[in-house]
Amino acid sequence: MANVTGIPVYKKIGATPVPVTAHDQARVVIVGAGPVGLALALDLGRRGQPVTVLNRLDFVAHCSKAICFSKRSLDILDRLGAGDAAVEKGVTWNVGKVFWGASESPIYQFDTLPVKDQKRPGFINIQQYYIEEYLLDGCRALPNIDIRWGHTVDAVTALNDGAELTVTAVDGSYKLRADWIVACDGARSTVRDKLGLDFEGRVFEDNFLIADIRMKHEMPAERWFWFDPPFNPGRSALMHKQPDDVWRLDFQLGWNIDREAATRLENVEPFIRAMLGENLEFEREWYSVYSFQCRRMARFVHGHVIFAGDAAHLVSPFGARGCNGGLADADNLGWKLDLVLNGEADESLIETYNLEAVATADENILNSTRSTDFLTPKSKASQALRDAVLELAKEHAFARPFVNSGRLSTAVSYAESPLSTPDEDAWEGGVAPGMPVLDAPLADGWLLDELGNHFVLLACGGDQPVPPSVRLVALEPNGLAAQRLGLMPGASVLVRPDQYVAARWQQPTPTAVETALRRAKGETLCLQ
Amino acid sequence: MPAVNLGTNLSDHDALYEALVRLHDGLSDEESLRLWARLTLILMNHIGDRDVLLAAMEKARKG
Ligand SMILES: Cc1cc2nc3c(=O)[nH]c(=O)nc-3n(C[C@H](O)[C@H](O)[C@H](O)COP(=O)(O)OP(=O)(O)OC[C@H]3O[C@@H](n4cnc5c(N)ncnc54)[C@H](O)[C@@H]3O)c2cc1C
Repeated sequence: MANVTGIPVYKKIGATPVPVTAHDQARVVIVGAGPVGLALALDLGRRGQPVTVLNRLDFVAHCSKAICFSKRSLDILDRLGAGDAAVEKGVTWNVGKVFWGASESPIYQFDTLPVKDQKRPGFINIQQYYIEEYLLDGCRALPNIDIRWGHTVDAVTALNDGAELTVTAVDGSYKLRADWIVACDGARSTVRDKLGLDFEGRVFEDNFLIADIRMKHEMPAERWFWFDPPFNPGRSALMHKQPDDVWRLDFQLGWNIDREAATRLENVEPFIRAMLGENLEFEREWYSVYSFQCRRMARFVHGHVIFAGDAAHLVSPFGARGCNGGLADADNLGWKLDLVLNGEADESLIETYNLEAVATADENILNSTRSTDFLTPKSKASQALRDAVLELAKEHAFARPFVNSGRLSTAVSYAESPLSTPDEDAWEGGVAPGMPVLDAPLADGWLLDELGNHFVLLACGGDQPVPPSVRLVALEPNGLAAQRLGLMPGASVLVRPDQYVAARWQQPTPTAVETALRRAKGETLCLQ
Repeated sequence: MPAVNLGTNLSDHDALYEALVRLHDGLSDEESLRLWARLTLILMNHIGDRDVLLAAMEKARKG
């Protein structure tokens, strides 16, 4: 089912009437109800903040976008109460295989979950609209989240202590004055555009055809990738299983093509039949052609206007770092904005969102650029190098780690974060400050589920004095959780509300914990 | 036992691969070929073991 916008509809919602006053006010406005805007709204809403969300469309769209959601994203969805629904619906997978030419045995394979015994798998595949729906269900259950459907921002004026938006809906337009604006309005961000902000990076000269089809097909739930397969000679292809018997096929097309013609049935179906058999029975779900760019804004924080998700950064899809990267933004920003709104932290804490989210975007862009350069060699020399890697990988172990069909999204560590207290004690292994806590079984459940939404002190052996805003979670000495964190009896780890380690000690003192907590809340920041 | 190590002996493959691709930026095909040759000679000298080098050459020729 499509509508006037030409975008197919997954879930109809209908336009929200404009507010009675032509000059409306809000504490926090989130522009965009994509996965990133909804995740942030839900996080802030669950923390008790009043949130207004504006979304241009008045429905959830049913098109082919993200399907691969990483373990880290599942951990975030778990914290937001949407993880179980996603995992129940999604197709769980851990292993990726890379094939070359007509051969049926892979030249390379990888496991996205090298450490087992964690609650969540390396990845699930699920259509982006399901994730949006689950987040939306969470938002709609909270009276303090006001989502306005069919409300488009078309002008923005930045103020010292907020911003004023001009919003248009079917039944009129109005001004909305907010203390904080978070722009989650996607790659073509209106907010970014209206404020005249930069969006620098590289455009890649290649096109890819996506064919999402419905069929009955037996294949293990794995990511299969081909270089130079007989059904797309000289180029690449990717196959992924989604829920509902939907399969994603992705074919590299090259640069100089007629993009409009490429999605016509008579041009798409030969690809599908060449890949899966002449007599294949299938139904079209969605065909589209995409090209991509790797770019980001120089800064994600501009006074009281903050950018997150595709509005702030774009990557190639190889590695599934787009939506997963955007959910990491929401996760990083939620608790910080909450503390600032409550007056429990200074505004400068938001600047650390800028630092950490930019570091995340840079790592995602670096990885996705490298994958793209491997997929689409740009010179004879790089083509020769790429082909030599594939050739050698068939036989020799040393060449396999060079094979790059996409390095799949994992949590990014914040090595340089000013919120982390550097180690003073000697450590063997464990999780260093600036890295997310590694999950492990704990009693009848999981360590990450114990962490909740606020600061936690994980104490090996328990019995540790903690500041009032910190919850103590005791870990059994020698248990798997303590082992993975490298904790001997008496040692402990201070964990941020986004599950990142802020500090750790072999024998903490109450003062050390207090000081590290203040630092993690940005109280002792020294930012240039 | 092959004299040449064909097991994994490096880390940070992606960064090294990128550096190798970047080396050729802006070069003609002929210049690129010369670059490969120079690089090979430098590495051969560093390895400094005749048996290893001959075994590696044989492997490379076979592909
Ligand atoms: C083919 C394809 C495959 C992909 N696969 C993956 C994958 O497997 N894994 C992955 O992690 N990522 C993937 N991505 C990327 C992923 O889809 C995006 O990163 C993700 O949608 C970004 O979410 P967002 O919330 O930032 O922006 P969007 O999803 O673009 O949402 C922006 C929202 O803002 C609204 N909006 C825009 N302008 C305005 C305005 N002026 N006023 C009000 N509202 C506005 C829009 O209606 C929209 O709802 C893929 C992308 C594509 C195209």
